[in-house]
Parts: sequence; C-alpha cells; structure tokens
Amino acid sequence: MSRSLSRVNNTIHETPLAPLHIELGAKMVPFAGWNMPVQYTSIIDEHTAVREHAGIFDISHMGQFFVEGDGAEAWLNSLLTNNVAKLGLGEGQYSIMLNEQGGVIDDLILYREAEGRIFLVVNASMIDEDFAWMSKYLPEGLDLRNESDQWAAMAVQGPHAAALFAELFPGQPLPPRNGMASWTHEGELLMVCSTGYTGEEGYEFFSSSANGSAWFQRFIDAGAKPCGLGARDSLRLEVCYPLNGSDLSPSHTPLEAGLGFFCDLEKEGGFVGSEILADQKRDGLQKRLVALKYTGRGAPPRAHYGVFTKEGEQISELTSGVLSPSLREGIALAYLPLDHAKIGSLVDVDVRGRRFEAKVVKKPFYKKA
Amino acid sequence: MNVPDHLRYTSDHEWILLDGDTVTVGITDHAQEELTDVVFVELPENGRTCDAGDPVAVVESVKAASDIYIPVAGEIVEGNIDLEADPSLVNTDPYGAGWIFKVRLKDAAAVDALMDASAYKGLIG
Repeated sequence: MSRSLSRVNNTIHETPLAPLHIELGAKMVPFAGWNMPVQYTSIIDEHTAVREHAGIFDISHMGQFFVEGDGAEAWLNSLLTNNVAKLGLGEGQYSIMLNEQGGVIDDLILYREAEGRIFLVVNASMIDEDFAWMSKYLPEGLDLRNESDQWAAMAVQGPHAAALFAELFPGQPLPPRNGMASWTHEGELLMVCSTGYTGEEGYEFFSSSANGSAWFQRFIDAGAKPCGLGARDSLRLEVCYPLNGSDLSPSHTPLEAGLGFFCDLEKEGGFVGSEILADQKRDGLQKRLVALKYTGRGAPPRAHYGVFTKEGEQISELTSGVLSPSLREGIALAYLPLDHAKIGSLVDVDVRGRRFEAKVVKKPFYKKA
Repeated sequence: MNVPDHLRYTSDHEWILLDGDTVTVGITDHAQEELTDVVFVELPENGRTCDAGDPVAVVESVKAASDIYIPVAGEIVEGNIDLEADPSLVNTDPYGAGWIFKVRLKDAAAVDALMDASAYKGLIG
C-alpha cells in the first residue's frame, strides 16, 4: 500500500528504512503517525556521537514538495514569511507558513534548486495539511507536487559528516551552508542540502525511496552512528530549534516564538498573515518563547509541566524540555508573559508536585566551543 | 539477561531481596536495558506507609519517566541516596549499587506470593 493511501486509512506509516532500523536493533515508537526509531543503543551515546563525530538519522517521514514554473519564487514569497527573492540558485532558507491569523501552520526549509524550481522539506505530521493549504493558494500555471513517497531522506550530522560525504562521493563538492545540490550518481538522481536540526555541521541527503536503506547502511559503514528521534530531539533543543506541534502552533505567531529574523515584514506585497505580525510588532508582544535552565539539580523537565512564578501562580507550561546530555542540566522552552520573559527572571517548574527553580537564559543553551 | 536466582520479581520488572523483616527493591537488568540512560531517580520519603502496588518512586531516562511500584505493603525505611549523585548506577549495577529503596514489611509472607527467577525469566521471554 502506498504511504499516501495508508495515511487516509489512519494507519501508522513506515519509512522505506523501517526494516533496516529493526535489523539494527532500534526501539521503534510512533511519532507524528510514523513508526520511527527513538534510539538504537542509547540516546546519550547517539547525542554525543553527533556532537563529537557523526550520526545519521532517518528523516524519510518528512515531506518533499516541488514547486515549478515561471514565478514559483514570487508565489512562495507571498505565502511564506522569509524573503525568497534573497535566494541565489542553489541556496536555501528557513521559512514559516502562517494561517490568516498569523499562527504557525508549519516551519520548513525551501531550496531554490533552479530558476522556477523550488524544493521544500516540510514536517511529517503536516504533509497533507501543508499541501492542501498551498493548493488553495496555487495560481494557474504553477505546478505543486508532493513527492514525499518517492524520496528517502537521511540527515548526516556532526563534525565528521563532511569527511564521510567525501569518502562516499569523491570529487562531489558539498554545497555551502544552507545550500543544495543535485547530481546523478551511477544513474541515480541524488540531492544533498547543507542543513540540519542538530546545531552541528552536516547535511540532509535524498535518494530514491528504493535505495534509501542501501545509502543509510553505506553511511554507517563509513562511520556514521545510527541515531533515533530521541537524540534528534535533545540535540535540537540544546540549540533552541523549535519543534512544530510543541513549540510552534497555530495559536502562536513566529514573533512570539522568537523567529522574527525569518519574517520579512518589509517585503513587497506581504505574505499570508503578515498584517497580523505587523500589528503585533507595532503594539508589542504579550508573551515570548523563552529558554529556561534549571538553577540546580532536578527531575528532568518535560513538555506540559506547569511553570509558576516564585509566588506560586501558574503562568504557563513547558512546550519542550529535557535533561541536556551535553550540559547535564535541565533545559526547556516555554511561552512566558513578557514581565517574566527577561533574561535572568526566575520561575519554578512543577514536576509531580515538586518545584524546581529555572532561570530565563539566552538562546541557544549549547554553542560549539 | 541477568536474572539472579536468589531474588523475587514482579511483572513490573522490579526485584525484591528479603532480609529479615525488610526487603530491598530495585529494577531488573531487563528493565534498565529497556529504559537505558537513567538520568534521574525520585526516591520515596522515609517513613511513608504504603499498600502493595502504590507508585512510590520514579526512574527517568532522557525520553520518559517511569513509575516504580512498591511490590509489598509496608513502611519505606530508606532510599538509595547514592542515586541522587549517580543515577546511572541503576544501569551499571541494577542488582547491587543501583538498588532504589528498602521497605519494612507489614507481612513477611507477602514476599512468597512474588515470582521466582524462573517465573520471571518466562515472563521476559
């Protein structure tokens, strides 16, 4: 059964790499409707491998869209928050799709592969909704295709990631940061994008669905450690990359989420939701997604734990949280009212009735030495 | 999988060591391997009186928090404070330095109703 068909039937989906994950000893868990590896050996080992060497993640559950035709750039510029006009050929950018109220539908990366040909990578849980939303605005003459079922995708991340690429593809240069390249390798079309979700150097690699497992295994044989969603989550949280559905949602704007850098309010013609953002910018924010770090030792912070003032009044809940494997400290994100959102403000996080003090700190929690 | 013969077990993957009127409780090798990477252990309060099956401690990995249930009724007499400094003892020495708490039994016979090693081996396959 095709993945798009099974999605309609509400069953759990599997990437083309699922049999390989099981062979590699992964613990599989449902995530965003997909049966995915949460870890192979240990989240901490996998996390550390990415920070110090190289790890590989199956990201085939994510969606791959293409927009083609004259004016593809201009149309996407009217739909997404970032400025597509700034992209040269082969360049990519992080951008956000908003609803008409300025709330986040999805965050994504788009790459200008060629003039009039844009490649987009969207979140797994949002493939259908994004496609429907984009189709609603699609003008005559442009082609929008969901090729999510045709591609296997894997993220190779860490200080040694580039060396692994050079070993597998001698003579094929990696694109510069945020860039993409496509080429034909022994008759197969491959794509590589110098982006990621870990805060490390690295890239995201795309092959045909059928060859995905073979490529994943080749990267492992070259020295990449297979890593699951557990490490992916702790890595991204250490560098404060938001997770849609947790840190981003239709009820928060990207300005509240601290993503104003990726919202070009000056661009001509605006974009869906831009008027709301402009009003919010003019009137001032009521709340802000802040980085919280425990001031002492404590039970690991997790999403949905309550956030309280020092006087005991509940003001929010965590959107994400983890005991940071790199820092060995509790770290979390939460939307806090502005008067509690200043750097240095103290709050308490409630864990099963016990309170642990946390301080608002500068993002990100973790920076490369 | 290490399942020592001299211990008793529960279907929640706890082990129980009987010593006079007191038992020591921890989680099994199988349980620690399933959890992996124990990063925090919330110990029960000393002096608390509990019924069998009450959740009294929490063992947390990077990804999840798991309740630990008291397998037999009694009074909590001690928690393993070494776990506050080094929770990974639960992974590295689950039947020794990674013990979690001690209970003074209300009824010593309650231990007899728990699984022995061969029954627990059957459970975890």
